Amino acid sequence: MFDYNVVKTLKIQKTEWDKMVRSRSDRFPQRKTEFKTDSNLPVEALYTPAEISGLSFDELGFPGEYPFTRGVQPTMYRGRLWTMRQYAGFGTAEETNERFKYLLEQGQTGLSVAFDLPTQIGYDSDHPLARGEVGKVGVVIDSLMDMELLFAGIPLDKVSTSMTINSPAAVILAMYIALAEKQGVAPEKLNGTIQNDILKEYVARGTYIFPPQPSMRLITDIFAYCAEKMPNWNTISISGYHIREAGSTAVQEIAFTLADGIAYVDAAVKVGLDVDEFAPRLSFFFNAHLNFFEEVAKFRAARRLWAKIMKERFGAKDPKSWMLRFHTQTAGSSLTAQQPDVNIMRVAFQALSAVLGGTQSLHTNSRDEALALPSQSSVLLALRTQQVIGYEIGVTDTVDPLGGSYYLEALTDSIEMGAADYIAKIDELGGAVAAIENGFMQREIQQSAYTYQRQIESAERIVIGVNKFLLDAEMPRDLLKVNPAVADSQVEKLKILQNSRDQRQVADALRSLRTVAQTSQNIMPALIGAVKAYATLGEICDILREVFGEYRQQVLL
Amino acid sequence: MSEKRIRVLVAKAGLDGHDRGAKVIAQALRDAGMEVIYTGLRQTPEQIVEAAIQEDVQVVGLSSLSGAHMQLFPPVVQLLREQGAVDVLVIGGGVIPMEDIPYLKEAGLSEIFTPGTSTEDIAKYIKDRV
Repeated sequence: MFDYNVVKTLKIQKTEWDKMVRSRSDRFPQRKTEFKTDSNLPVEALYTPAEISGLSFDELGFPGEYPFTRGVQPTMYRGRLWTMRQYAGFGTAEETNERFKYLLEQGQTGLSVAFDLPTQIGYDSDHPLARGEVGKVGVVIDSLMDMELLFAGIPLDKVSTSMTINSPAAVILAMYIALAEKQGVAPEKLNGTIQNDILKEYVARGTYIFPPQPSMRLITDIFAYCAEKMPNWNTISISGYHIREAGSTAVQEIAFTLADGIAYVDAAVKVGLDVDEFAPRLSFFFNAHLNFFEEVAKFRAARRLWAKIMKERFGAKDPKSWMLRFHTQTAGSSLTAQQPDVNIMRVAFQALSAVLGGTQSLHTNSRDEALALPSQSSVLLALRTQQVIGYEIGVTDTVDPLGGSYYLEALTDSIEMGAADYIAKIDELGGAVAAIENGFMQREIQQSAYTYQRQIESAERIVIGVNKFLLDAEMPRDLLKVNPAVADSQVEKLKILQNSRDQRQVADALRSLRTVAQTSQNIMPALIGAVKAYATLGEICDILREVFGEYRQQVLL
Repeated sequence: MSEKRIRVLVAKAGLDGHDRGAKVIAQALRDAGMEVIYTGLRQTPEQIVEAAIQEDVQVVGLSSLSGAHMQLFPPVVQLLREQGAVDVLVIGGGVIPMEDIPYLKEAGLSEIFTPGTSTEDIAKYIKDRV
């Protein structure tokens, strides 16, 4: 990208400059002996073309063109801003429906459903393991009836809905399709995403039900079904977010996520799907953490690396198959319970890094999330933060405004290389599934998490309010409390449903579900049949547990 | 062996999958010279108590970030006491609002450590009491 002779001269001048800086270090010492990013990449005092002399313009390309370093669309936010999508859900379907309508009124442009843990693990609210968890971290969904209440008054052809559901993703998708049918909306009109990423559940998030093999089958069934019937649906959101939250570095986040992506593509190709048939609907989900430039570089590196993987490794021909489209959420683990208003600033910088990194949609965390689920006023402030970035500060007026920064380009390269090395190592171990089964990813993440904590405790890493600039007294706050009566009223509702539905229809639907689950036929039609008969999520997942078995976590420490 | 090492059970109560904190604390207590058993995810109060008694631990550390602490932590203390394990120190941590702490302490948890606590403080707390 730069003239050879210019770079040669520059390298000599840079060496001189470095020498000069070192010679003055007695009088003007630097704050640290070594500067590093969160991924332990060295940070130099100054970047010039000399540090990126090997970078060719082909590695950057134009936005909307291979390898998409600068963005997946030609005009990016000059055309349309990212989708502002706040993850929300608590208590009953009725309560969450109110929060959704509030967010849409406030200018949010997409919905994102948080489900409670029993729903995510395929238990009805009356299951003994649901004790204490009903409606806590998300909304409770026992059956299609709850989905009807959740989306009451929200036309599904007018909104895009993201649903954070993994092991039972196929069941919840079936409910969404059935609900749309009731609203008179055809499946091909539906826009949205199911997370549907089981591999990171084993590694980092924990809401697995079935062992890897049948879980992968459910996923490829969804790919195949949607390729035929739901052209606008994102069939998976391959997630680095939780891997990062569990403590990984930025490089590990990209590496493990793309390695998981490779495993899904491999699985789908193996069952006979054409890569260009399903790959355009794959989407990703990343974390926006604190180290600002490293985060921007991470998003760009991820796009470039995935484009190369899809084109070179899988031979995908459709440019849409090469594109890494992603959702971003700011880093929950970076928020502090101390001086929680400071979290507003952390979130704003993180959100800005996601926008400068070219995200397609964004969730900004609320200031009180280290304490409880966010209150309505905190959620509003978080949404307003995105709106300030989108409408007031001009960063959306040109594409990839940081592209060409010597530092950023150098970091983008280093992250891509670091992630590619990890992926090569995972290939050697036999791929992502094997690397998870033998605990490789978990151990790497655990080690990074422990290092991070040690750095905080030694104050090598500063956390405002925790190890520097402490306040003697913390202000009390109004926190959102989930009504403890939710569990009882939900169990009551479930009983009424189970007594009032057509029992024969339920039994028939569950019987055919079992039959289909035992074969290699696509499971989606049988699931749609079962949810329409108002079989509950727990009943459906129990059938699948019997047929597929259950995953047992191997405890590593 | 000069002195018997302190034995700790670190347990994830309920369906919550956030185990970063539990694992970091388990590793830190191990580095502080204790013997640590980690249960893994999705433990019921009954399972936690069974493991605590089987492993003959002096300390049980409970973790929940899903808001289920009010329902899941007190039964652990109660079941331990019912089974005669009256001396076992039970501590807890996670996303726990300040206002819930008095209730948990009344239920027999000896301390609740909220986000931002240093692992050294937790190790010291245990060593001072066991």
